[in-house]
Amino acid sequence: MKISYREAMRQAMHEALAGDPRVFLMGEDVGKYGGTYAVSKGFIEEFGPEWIRDTPLSELGFVGAGIGAALGGMRPIVEVMTVNFSLLALDQIVNTAAVLRHMSGGQFSVPLVVRMATGAGRQLAAQHSHSLENWYAHIPGIRVLAPATIGDARGMLAPALADPDPVIIFEHAQLYNLEGELADDWQCDIARAAVRREGSQVSVFAYGGCLPKAMQAAAELADAGIDAEVIDLRLLRPLDTETIAASVRKTHRAVVVDEGWKSGSLAAEVVARIVEDCFYDLDAPPVRVCSAEVPIPYARHMEEAALPQPAKIVAAVKELLNA
Amino acid sequence: MVEAVPYDKAFACRLLRDMLRIRRMEEKCAELYGTGKIRGFLHLYIGEEACAVGALHALTADDNIVATYREHGHALVRGVSMNAIMAEMFGKAAGCSRGRGGSMHLFDAETRFYGGNAIVGGGLPLAVGLALADKMQGISRVTACFFGDGAVAEGAFHEAMNLAALWSLPVLFCCENNLYGMGTALERSEAQVDLGVKAAGYRMAAARVDGMDVVAVLEATRQAAGQVRAGAGPFFLEYQTYRFRAHSMFDPELYRDKAEVEKWKERGPLHTFSARLKAEGKLSEKEFLKLDAQAEKEVAAAVDFAERAELESIDDLLTDVCTPGAAP
Repeated sequence: MKISYREAMRQAMHEALAGDPRVFLMGEDVGKYGGTYAVSKGFIEEFGPEWIRDTPLSELGFVGAGIGAALGGMRPIVEVMTVNFSLLALDQIVNTAAVLRHMSGGQFSVPLVVRMATGAGRQLAAQHSHSLENWYAHIPGIRVLAPATIGDARGMLAPALADPDPVIIFEHAQLYNLEGELADDWQCDIARAAVRREGSQVSVFAYGGCLPKAMQAAAELADAGIDAEVIDLRLLRPLDTETIAASVRKTHRAVVVDEGWKSGSLAAEVVARIVEDCFYDLDAPPVRVCSAEVPIPYARHMEEAALPQPAKIVAAVKELLNA
Repeated sequence: MVEAVPYDKAFACRLLRDMLRIRRMEEKCAELYGTGKIRGFLHLYIGEEACAVGALHALTADDNIVATYREHGHALVRGVSMNAIMAEMFGKAAGCSRGRGGSMHLFDAETRFYGGNAIVGGGLPLAVGLALADKMQGISRVTACFFGDGAVAEGAFHEAMNLAALWSLPVLFCCENNLYGMGTALERSEAQVDLGVKAAGYRMAAARVDGMDVVAVLEATRQAAGQVRAGAGPFFLEYQTYRFRAHSMFDPELYRDKAEVEKWKERGPLHTFSARLKAEGKLSEKEFLKLDAQAEKEVAAAVDFAERAELESIDDLLTDVCTPGAAP
């Protein structure tokens, strides 16, 4: 069955809300508006305003309230409209959600799911185009997920809600309109990265909005006779180092694609792990394709130039292979 | 004219006893800090004891408590054992947070004591969420959230106050106004120092009470909690109090006059309350000394317990970051 990423996410939330009275959705414009990205359209009519709870523009307040509600026996899904606004809630996520279990000596877990859109590519300029997944992936005590496929959009929420600890789900805004077949086995193991394309000559690692770009690059490379493997990291914390290393041991070359800025990026962490674990398996230094170190500009050509693109991935792979 | 204490002798002595327990425990903590047994930050509650004692005696065992980094007294009165509190400050595994939290992060699930939050204002949204969960599950319970006057400058305060009022949640906001946010006087940080006005801005019921008077605190809290419990929505209660000691052990107290401190000490909650009880014939000097000796004894036993308690093995360093079996 062909559905959109948005619809897959909607189905996942619907299933969670209908199946567990502890689950409720809370955030800005999730109710009457139907969700900024229309993921919760129609939910308020079906589940009512208590369970589909519109909040004021108080990111710190309602993320904190989500933490409290999780402690109080509920299973909240808190939607922060975008990662850009999550900075206003950073204190509650980092100083409370992530640390509470440890700081209380294991007495209080926080079974909270925070969903937020992320990423650039829609000419929204510097304040609405961040990719700060790596900031969250830096923090012990939270799990960070990035569904990049229709299947993961459908399958990641249930295990995230079943996790007794806080989980952040990053949905790249460019993916909502993505359409594709929902396979029957969409259930997702949120502890593992996924091999999206098998290959032998180079490993391309990507996540979220960069995965379709990596897949497109791999297709173009195939036309040029280069056999690239594409790994969807999808679990940004804790990283599935095993799957990453297994791929590098097979291909001996690594390209890491990340919409975050290169300095201190998730790509940097992936490369560091590859170097730590597979240094002697490498035939060449790992390469990163990241965003240029500039606030994301408005002008379309400038924005495109700032972001990782399939052509840049293709070029990076060809250079790596001296092809 | 001081009103008569409206409690029987046994209950009145219990209030006095709890204030004494906090006072003696914290005096010992300060001493142990000097000898290096307790490290990190240590924020003493000395002078403010009537707030925690009066407020917590007005709540039920089923209510939720959210507190700040100046929470030794709240934890103790709530029912966390002095042994577990002292062991926590010693960084021992027998501590109420297994030595992972220290003075600022006392937690106890059994008594619904949700900590020990050391980000000013950080506990308020949490309290809103706890109350939201109760409301959604049809549980009749009050969430009492303690914070200082410094917190009212934080966005978290305003967001939490608005959410609680907007959703009519059973939160009792307990503002311990000791006139200083660390070293900055309230009038140097707030354009509006009448804190009840802030509650009015959220159409929230509010009251102000003498936080040096344990009876006044208890009665006001009982009334406010009763309203909250009855479904009238949140309530903002300001306890006007004063911290006799420095903000923390690193504070040279350059920002306030000794004379001001001495003036507030005249209203100290321990001696004023015991004097009232004595005047009413509900307490003899001998009984006072006995209560005090009991408190001292409990403190000595707690220190002994903490001294003897085991340190957790560093092999366990990574435990309790995530739930076992959940995430690596």
